[in-house]
Amino acid sequence: MPVSRVLIRGGRVLDPASDHDAIADLLIEDGQIAACASLIPAEDCDVIDAAGLWVAPGFVDMHAHLREPGQEYKEDIASGGRAAVAGGFTSVVCMANTDPANDDPSVTQYILDRAAKDSPARIHPIAAATRGLAGEVMTEMAALCEAGAVAFSDDGRTIMDTAVMRHVLEYSKLVGAAIVVHAEDCGLRGSGAVNEGLTATRLGLPGNPAAAEEIMVSRDIRLVELTGARLHVAHVSAAGSVELIRQARERGLQVTAEVTPHHLTLTDEATLGFDTSTKMAPPLRSQHDVTALRAALTEGVIDAVATDHAPHAGYEKDVEFTGAPDGIIGLETAFAVVNDLVQQQEICPLELMRRMSTNPARILDLPAGTLAARAPADVVLLDPERCWTYDPAKGYSKSRNSPWAGQQLTGQVMATLVGGRLVYRNGDGVLFR
Amino acid sequence: MIGQDLLGIENLEREQIELILETAERMQEIGAREVKKVPTLRGHTLVNLFFEPSTRTQTSFEIAGKRLSADVVNFSASSSSLTKAESLLDTGKTIDAMDPDAVIVRHKVAGVPQRLADVLEAPVINAGDGAHEHPSQALLDMLTVSQEKGRIEGLTVAIIGDIAHSRVARSNIYGFTKLGAEVRVAGPPTMLPARVEALGVKAYTSLREALDGADVVMALRIQNERIAGACFPSVREYSATFGLDRVKLRYARPDAIVMHPGPVNRGVELSHDLADQRPSVVLDQVRNGVALRMALLYLIAGRRSAVERG
Amino acid sequence: MANDAPPSSASADTPETIGERIVLDDLGIRRCLMRIAHEIVESNADLSELYVVAVPNGGVPLARMLVDNLAQVSECEVPLGILDTTLYRDDLVTRGMRPRLRRTEMPSSVDARVVVLVEDVVSTGRTIRAAMDALMDFGRPSGVKVVALVDRGHRELPIKIDHVGKNIPTQPGEAVVLRGSEVDFEGDLEVVVQARRVRDSRVEHRAGQMERGA
Repeated sequence: MPVSRVLIRGGRVLDPASDHDAIADLLIEDGQIAACASLIPAEDCDVIDAAGLWVAPGFVDMHAHLREPGQEYKEDIASGGRAAVAGGFTSVVCMANTDPANDDPSVTQYILDRAAKDSPARIHPIAAATRGLAGEVMTEMAALCEAGAVAFSDDGRTIMDTAVMRHVLEYSKLVGAAIVVHAEDCGLRGSGAVNEGLTATRLGLPGNPAAAEEIMVSRDIRLVELTGARLHVAHVSAAGSVELIRQARERGLQVTAEVTPHHLTLTDEATLGFDTSTKMAPPLRSQHDVTALRAALTEGVIDAVATDHAPHAGYEKDVEFTGAPDGIIGLETAFAVVNDLVQQQEICPLELMRRMSTNPARILDLPAGTLAARAPADVVLLDPERCWTYDPAKGYSKSRNSPWAGQQLTGQVMATLVGGRLVYRNGDGVLFR
Repeated sequence: MIGQDLLGIENLEREQIELILETAERMQEIGAREVKKVPTLRGHTLVNLFFEPSTRTQTSFEIAGKRLSADVVNFSASSSSLTKAESLLDTGKTIDAMDPDAVIVRHKVAGVPQRLADVLEAPVINAGDGAHEHPSQALLDMLTVSQEKGRIEGLTVAIIGDIAHSRVARSNIYGFTKLGAEVRVAGPPTMLPARVEALGVKAYTSLREALDGADVVMALRIQNERIAGACFPSVREYSATFGLDRVKLRYARPDAIVMHPGPVNRGVELSHDLADQRPSVVLDQVRNGVALRMALLYLIAGRRSAVERG
Repeated sequence: MANDAPPSSASADTPETIGERIVLDDLGIRRCLMRIAHEIVESNADLSELYVVAVPNGGVPLARMLVDNLAQVSECEVPLGILDTTLYRDDLVTRGMRPRLRRTEMPSSVDARVVVLVEDVVSTGRTIRAAMDALMDFGRPSGVKVVALVDRGHRELPIKIDHVGKNIPTQPGEAVVLRGSEVDFEGDLEVVVQARRVRDSRVEHRAGQMERGA
């Protein structure tokens, strides 16, 4: 069988792993990166013209809810995997709050089996940190890691019992995986549905103060000090949390953090029309918080961009605001939304690619986020200037709960390759089975 | 304004408020007639869509509609069963398909009228949504004050009680400030919402300071069942610190009037005698409510498509 | 409102006046109303049954004058009411904006009285129809008479004017308005015929209805 060769020609190759940022050709052989150089001859190659495009390692989403098993009406691994590659993500980490929860190796194995058959993107499960996400009894971390779990999290919920959290962190050192926390003090949040502040006051909706997040981030950092474990703070939303994370890292603690595209670009004022597609946990916060999050991402205090892709059926969101489930979809819009930071010249393209691929891969120890020779050829081609109007109905996710529906965005995914195989091309759509 | 939604006072212009109040004053004359009915909205259908029971507001809208000869249909629904059986928007669309000329919506959660207005062709009138707005109540309060005092501009209005959970407070804050009154809010710190002063009011935790020089004192209803224990220690302590009686009322101007959106918890927000005797104007508020809602229905009822065809 | 035409509050069809002529000046108006006062006295045996009711806005200053004239001619104090007809209009459904309401003040009962409705300009007759319906909601008058300062023709309903100040034939594109030299009909009054360039939504609406009907 002949060697399959793909040549991506003339693009701006952005490889954060090697700090490469220059026009070059990228050669792929047998699903692996073979070479990155200028003017590689196109002999026996499928050629993809990348002139004017960015060529980067495929994005790694370290926080998505693919809903399978149990809530396939919202999303499944097949639809979520397609949405991922349409958004330039070649690896997706799926959260444990499925039904049943991914707290048992059989569920982990099920997810991986489905992914192998159904998903064009690589799927890596995060397993629950406690059984049934109940925050009481820790899961069998060694067995789950053996089955393929890459980290542990009760995401969507906070382990409120500090003693349980301490033991979860301590025990995780056995497997060396990060504990990913949804930091939100449940009692202080109460029925809070939007950020506590002027917007909540105007809307008459119960507020969820930034302190609810900061208190838990602070607690968990103290526990990292106590235990020496690895902590990853999911979807940081508040300026105060950023400060706590910065200080923890200055003290040399193993604390990493992610931020979502929506927390980087929207404030709570997006909720002024009561659109439930702006309801999420943690909530959209103030301009002050957004400014701090953007600076922290640029600076590197926040390591990664993660979507927190949270699909919900239309009828679930078409209810009164407080009754609507939290979360929005984000796989297909992530790049276009965060590209705003490049457009505003707050971050350079290479660093943005690092936060979307190299860093999340590093935190979870995944073989991704690099264009080094012999690395799996997971590659994304991006047009950073292209304007398009997002229509969730034409997307691949089963759900449509997006605050960007109908909006014009700048920056589009032009092609996605997983293991050297073209799985998405703008105009043709997902090319998978 | 035909076919336009009335979701809150926040997005009304001063001129619109003044038109509504002027129209309501004209409508008051009909209430004084022997035959309290005019043919204006013959052939119009109004739907009272109340997800949360409210006998007062629903009855007031119903009488207002009937005095204008509209057909008024009451659609009461428990919100909990609705969210399970069909989505809120489906309920709205179902009612809209029956071609009403206005849908009057009450819901315990903020924003529901807005969400319905986004999908309904009929204009939506917010009859109270959670702690968001209660525009018809604020308008009837403004009508009552302007008739009692002859003006609103330059008055000092003190709103006392659970500001955080009050839609009446929010709508009145917007309305009275737009018409040039000074608005103060006062209550226990646990009942003052975040950054309330950004709405253009002064916030007090001292009843005495809030009442000093006030022309209008508006007491809000305490939702005992929901709030007690969380936002204040006991009804007794609330009543002692923020309950109005004739002694505490001496802090206000001698000619100050006392208002309450009702129903009054006698002995809690207002002393027994202040619940219905001068300077309380609570019953005038109720009476004015019908004329005010007639004005709203007169100005608003009518389907958008009919207007566009016309 | 000065006549039966749609209110000018709907900005979309605010007409543009392209010329006008005065057809009745203050003195002429006063003479008309004195003559009408005499006619009313002649044709009513029992003046104590009379009740003058003005249709606002233009009818109000005219009705006041008429009441004064009746007092002068017969030494009879005739009560004066004001009756807004807006809520009884027949065109409320089809307009984008509901007209502002005017004040209604009916100080005495209309039961068993001869009501003299006073309007400034009568054309289609629709306002008089509305006024009669409104009147019936206040009781059962023994009779209704209509006084119009100007009858400009173009009647659409079988409405008879009992006492006319002046008949002024007009074109459909023209408007007839009563106005004062100062606001609110204060100062000298005059009646002018205005030639207008109108985008009359009523006309378009009717045309649309006919098309649908056909």
